[in-house]
Amino acid sequence: MAILSAQKMTKRFGGLVAVDELDIEIKEQSIHTIIGPNGAGKTTFFNCITGFYRPEAGGIFFNHHPLVGLSPDRIVRLGISRTYQNIRLFPNLTAMENILVGLHGHLKAGFFGIVLGLPATQQEEKEAAEEGRRLLRFVNLTGKGDLLAKNLPYGDQRRLEIGRALAARPKLLLLDEPTAGMNPRETQEMMDFIQHLRNELGITILLIEHQMRVVMGISETVTVLDYGEKIAEGTPVEIQKSPKVIEAYLGRSSQVVS
Amino acid sequence: MKQAIKIGLIGGVVEILLALIGMIEAFSQRYIIIDIISMGHTLIFLVALLMTSLSAKRTPHGNPLRAMINALTSGLIIGGFLAVLVVMGSLVNLRKVFINASPLLYQWLTFNQGIKAGIPLLLTGGALCGFLAGLLFLSSKLFRRVLIISLGSVVGAGVLQDLLRPTFALWGPLSVMNEWLFSANGLTLYGAIGLFVLIAALSYVWAKKGNVIRANLNGLSPSNQRVLRITTFLTLIMILLVLPQILGLFLSEVLTIVGLYVLLGLGLNIVVGFAGLLDLGYVAFFAIGAYSIAVLTSPELGFFNLSFWGALPFAIFIGVLSGFLLGIPVLKMRGDYLAIATLGFGEIIRILVLSDVLRPWLGGAQGIGKIPKAHIAGIEMATPQQIYYLILAGCLLVGFISWRLRDSRLGRAWMAVREDEDVAQAMGINLISTKLLAFATGAAFSALSGAIFASKLGSVYPHSFNVMISINIICLVIVGGMGSIPGVLVGAFALVGLPELLREFAEYRLLVYGAALVAMMLLRPEGLWPEPLQRRELHEGESSDAKPNH
Repeated sequence: MAILSAQKMTKRFGGLVAVDELDIEIKEQSIHTIIGPNGAGKTTFFNCITGFYRPEAGGIFFNHHPLVGLSPDRIVRLGISRTYQNIRLFPNLTAMENILVGLHGHLKAGFFGIVLGLPATQQEEKEAAEEGRRLLRFVNLTGKGDLLAKNLPYGDQRRLEIGRALAARPKLLLLDEPTAGMNPRETQEMMDFIQHLRNELGITILLIEHQMRVVMGISETVTVLDYGEKIAEGTPVEIQKSPKVIEAYLGRSSQVVS
Repeated sequence: MKQAIKIGLIGGVVEILLALIGMIEAFSQRYIIIDIISMGHTLIFLVALLMTSLSAKRTPHGNPLRAMINALTSGLIIGGFLAVLVVMGSLVNLRKVFINASPLLYQWLTFNQGIKAGIPLLLTGGALCGFLAGLLFLSSKLFRRVLIISLGSVVGAGVLQDLLRPTFALWGPLSVMNEWLFSANGLTLYGAIGLFVLIAALSYVWAKKGNVIRANLNGLSPSNQRVLRITTFLTLIMILLVLPQILGLFLSEVLTIVGLYVLLGLGLNIVVGFAGLLDLGYVAFFAIGAYSIAVLTSPELGFFNLSFWGALPFAIFIGVLSGFLLGIPVLKMRGDYLAIATLGFGEIIRILVLSDVLRPWLGGAQGIGKIPKAHIAGIEMATPQQIYYLILAGCLLVGFISWRLRDSRLGRAWMAVREDEDVAQAMGINLISTKLLAFATGAAFSALSGAIFASKLGSVYPHSFNVMISINIICLVIVGGMGSIPGVLVGAFALVGLPELLREFAEYRLLVYGAALVAMMLLRPEGLWPEPLQRRELHEGESSDAKPNH
């Protein structure tokens, strides 16, 4: 069954239609990829799901729960977390603190509990640190937890961002170009890692990706956007053969040539 | 070489500036070492030394010969600039434009030797500075450190003589040192040499043995370390408790002012340092705290006539409430927009208490007087030495709260908002409650400070709450280190305590502030005492389970 669905969702910026009546269904525990040329509306769609943009028309439903109109912090508490195309960690916090911020929604300590150092608060903080260490290990950053996020190498930052998103204990994880700027070996590791996330933790994964090797290698379903419209959807093999996709990516003339 | 000339030129311009705005002449009234080195000469010398060491340090590849030549060049240029100033002063009457270019200034600059002898003297002096800086640069790190620390102590003792002398005088055995160390104006020559040697020896021993001692301390068993920590803590508390008795009236007064600013700084540190919300109207909450106490307690108005302790909870509550009220309209604002809006809020409060319409309730321009003092166990907190304890208690409480909050879920939420508001929200942080809590906490601390301030002075006037207070607090938070709790303490002592001690140079206070801020931003943007990194990962044993909870 679908964990996330959008129905006739439209987002406009002034006169520009960024996403046009998009219908999409993400199956639970699948790896679903959205591709499309630059400016096709992929990241805009992500921002609509996570509550940063409010679509002008249509609806988005997460387990039949309407998302449109909810603030981003409410949506992440429902179980959707994300990473960003250009990494957006908290640069002056340590890796560990970044992950602990991700846990924020699952901690309950209030002002007076913290100031008075109530046993429940201390216990919660201890468990949070424990889980933070576990997550660091899970994203292969053990021993780097006390470094400032901005001082980590690029690949570590990408993984830390995923670790932070996982700290929110999502059911659906949105990854915006997770392999951007990676060499082939790092890309392969990231692909394995994404499959691992789905297989081991049962998290549904929706990703935006440009590298065809990744798209074809790990996705079960691929949706192609062009100028905000869905032009094709299907398995990687089906997509590769679709004439509309070839047209969108290579331009009309290429069809004439081929 | 180009670099050296550039640094020399900058140094020369700085020296001329210092001379023409009258700083050197003003400082020359005071001696570091009596009749030998005045504070003015020290200032010239320090600037020259600083610039020439910079020149030596910037030498490419750290070539020793080149470094020495560079430092000498910069030093000569600096000396040359001062020489040109003296020559110009003797040819043209600079005083028409620069009122501080008095004959006395030239006398100081030429060491009373007249122009003919003075100019070579200035050039040699500049070169000597360069030579010294070069030597320092080439000498071993240990030597450099010892020399800088001991020279710094001598200069520090000279500058703070008015502080040290009465302090020593209060202590029987130490008062002997006064005779030996200090004259009527500045250190005695023997005192200065003695102090220099003593500090040099101490810092040498510490540099040699310090690591061993530290290693020994770290090698202690956890239980022993705990005992050590507790003893240190208790000693510190003891010192804080007897401090006003040691320091006497004047210094206790200075301490109370510093303490009030520490309270304010800790509050603003939460708003600006933790949550990154640039609040330029922070003085408003200080005013609200002070006026709340005044209205609730003063018999002059006669509305409530509460005691200080009866009114304090209300004052803090009103502070928190106004923190919320300010927070709500500015929730959506960021950065400079927020700064302008809060600046307006600060002014609104000041103008409200000044207004004639509200005079029956808030006293207008005449303010409110006869505010009763606080009582603790039947003792009236009237003198600075008594109020000190009230402020100390406030600082400890507020410091403790800040410290607890920093390492908590809320502190992390604030810092996440500071770093990236959108991502913080996408991580499940409710921006509205998080920001409002920051404003309210900051306002509560500030209102507490205002309440104590009102009871200390016994009266409140609108003009005590002008925008300069806000600026001062921001400055001390920045200079100390944004988001750093000990930084607030250091910042308050540096920017509030020191100027109080050097009252006679008050007219240069803002100039030095400005220069200090620019220098901080360029050379040490993280502040004098930046927040240490929180070591959380390696705090306890590693867990073996590598899978997150789901």
